[in-house]
Amino acid sequence: MSSPAARPEYVRDQVDEHDFGVVNKPLTAWERVYGNTLVRKVFILVVLAAIWQAYAMHLDNPLIFPTFLDTMQSFLGRVANGELLRKSWTSIKVLLQGYAIGLVLALLVTMLAMATRIGNDLLETLTAMFNPLPAIALLPVALIWFGLGNGSIVFVLVHAVLWPIALATHSGFLGVSNTLRMVGRNYGLTGFAYVRRILIPAAFPSILSGLKIGWAFAWRTLIAAELVFGTTSGSGGLGWFIYENKNVLDIPAVFAGLFTVILIGLLVENLIFRTIAQRTVRRWGMHS
Amino acid sequence: MEAQAQKPLLAVQGVTLQYKTREHLVTATYRVSFDVLPSDRFVLLGPSGCGKSTLLKAVGGYLRPVEGAIRLKGAEVVRPGPDRVMVFQEFDQLLPWKTVKQNVLFALEASGRLAGREAEERAMAYIEKVNLTRFADSLPHTLSGGMKQRVAIARGMAMEPDILLMDEPFAALDALTRRKMQDELLQLWEGTKFTVLFVTHSIPEAVRIGNRILLLSPHPGQVKAELNSDGTDAEDASGRRLSDRIHKMLFSDGVIEPEATHV
Repeated sequence: MSSPAARPEYVRDQVDEHDFGVVNKPLTAWERVYGNTLVRKVFILVVLAAIWQAYAMHLDNPLIFPTFLDTMQSFLGRVANGELLRKSWTSIKVLLQGYAIGLVLALLVTMLAMATRIGNDLLETLTAMFNPLPAIALLPVALIWFGLGNGSIVFVLVHAVLWPIALATHSGFLGVSNTLRMVGRNYGLTGFAYVRRILIPAAFPSILSGLKIGWAFAWRTLIAAELVFGTTSGSGGLGWFIYENKNVLDIPAVFAGLFTVILIGLLVENLIFRTIAQRTVRRWGMHS
Repeated sequence: MEAQAQKPLLAVQGVTLQYKTREHLVTATYRVSFDVLPSDRFVLLGPSGCGKSTLLKAVGGYLRPVEGAIRLKGAEVVRPGPDRVMVFQEFDQLLPWKTVKQNVLFALEASGRLAGREAEERAMAYIEKVNLTRFADSLPHTLSGGMKQRVAIARGMAMEPDILLMDEPFAALDALTRRKMQDELLQLWEGTKFTVLFVTHSIPEAVRIGNRILLLSPHPGQVKAELNSDGTDAEDASGRRLSDRIHKMLFSDGVIEPEATHV
C-alpha cells in the first residue's frame, strides 16, 4: 500500500450570513394544511360520520341504527331544550367529586409510600389487588353501604381514580433522577416541601398520564353506574338519559346520549389535558 | 510557611467510607485525610474506583463516614446543607421546569438564604458572571451542555457557600468546551477567590484547575500524594513536568487502565 498522493492545504474566508441568499423555502399550501393536526383529525371525523350516514341509510332501520343526521337532529334538539346540558352537568358534578377525592387520596397514599418502607409495600399490595378490579364491580357493595344515591357513585369513582393515579405517581416519584434528589436536599428541602418542589414537578409526565387514565376510568365507570340505576334525585345523569330513552325506544336520542359521552371525553382530552401538557411537560422538554 | 498557620476550612480526618451494593459492602476510601484552606482550588484526582466521588458526596453530607470525621469550620458534617453546594456532572441537575433565572432563584429561596428583590439581584449578578444574561429566561432543555453547566455553577456560586463541591462538572462536555469552561472557572475564581473542592480523573484538568492536588489510589481509595500546582504544568528541580510525575505515580502500580490520560 502506498500512501495517498500529497495534496495542498488551504484556508478559506467565511461567507457572511447576509450574503447567503434565500435559505428558508416557504411551505406549500398543501404542506401547511396537512401539517395541521386539527385539520387531519377533523378530516378523520368527517369521514367516519360519512360512513355512519351511508351505512345507516343502507340499513334503513332507525330502531337499530339511526342515521348520523337523525342523531344530530336529536342531539341538537336536546341540547337546545337544555336537557342534555343538564344531564351532562349532573354527571360531571358527580365525576369531579369522585375525581378530586381520589386524587387527594392518591397523593396521600403515594407520599406515605415514599416516606416509609411499609407504606411502599402497602401501596404495591393495594394497587396490585385493586387496580385490576373493575370499579363498577364494587357498585353492588357500595349500594348496600351507602344506599341509592350520590354516595355510592362517588365511592365507586374514588376507587376507579385512586389506584391508577397512585400507581403512576409512585412510579413517577421512583423515576426521579438521583441527581435531582441530591440537588433538592442540597438546598435544604425536606418533607412536604421536597415532595412539592422536587418530586411532583420532576415526576409530572408520569403524574399527568396517571391523571388521564384516571379520568378515562372514572368517566366510563360513572356512565356504567348511571346506566345501572341512575341517581336518587329525579334528574339523573347521562347514563340515565341513555337508559331512559332506550326504554321509550327513542333510539336517535340514545345515540345522541352516546355521542355526548364521546364528545365530552374528546373535549376533556383535547382541551384540558392537552393544554396542561403543552404548558408543562412539553414546555419543559420532558416528554412522557 | 504562613499557609501552615492558617486554619483549615475543611478538615477531612482519617475518613473511611463504605457503601452497600446488592451483594457486598464496598470500601470506597480508607483513612483519607486532607485539609482544604480558604480560597483553595483543591483537586481530588484518581482513576475510577478510587472513591473520589464518594468522598465528595461524604463532604456534601449525603453519606456518613464509618470511621474518621469531616469538619467544616470546626463543625462536623452530618447532613446535606446549603453551606456546601454541589455541582454535578449530569446535565439534569437543573430543574427542567424552571428557567435559568428561576433555577438560581430556587436555590436561594428554598434554602432560605435570600428572598424577593435581593434574591433576584443576586441571581442576575451571578448569571451575568457566567455570561448567560441573554438566556436568563430560557428553559434548560433549550441550552447546550456547556451552558447548562454554567447555570449550575452560577447557581452554586450565587449561594456563596463556604465551599463549592464540583463532581467532574466538565466530564460530559466535548474537549473544546471543556477547555473553555476550565478557563472560565479560573476567571471566576480570580474574581471572588471562592473555595472549591474539585473531583476529576483527568490529569491535565487537575494540573490546570488546582493549586493543590490530592492523588488517590484505587480499591479502596488511599492518599498517595498531595502536590502543588501553579497551573502551568511546571517542571520540578529534576526537570520533570508535574503531569508526568502524576502520571508515573498513578500508573506505577501497573494495574490501572490508562483511561486517566485524556484531557
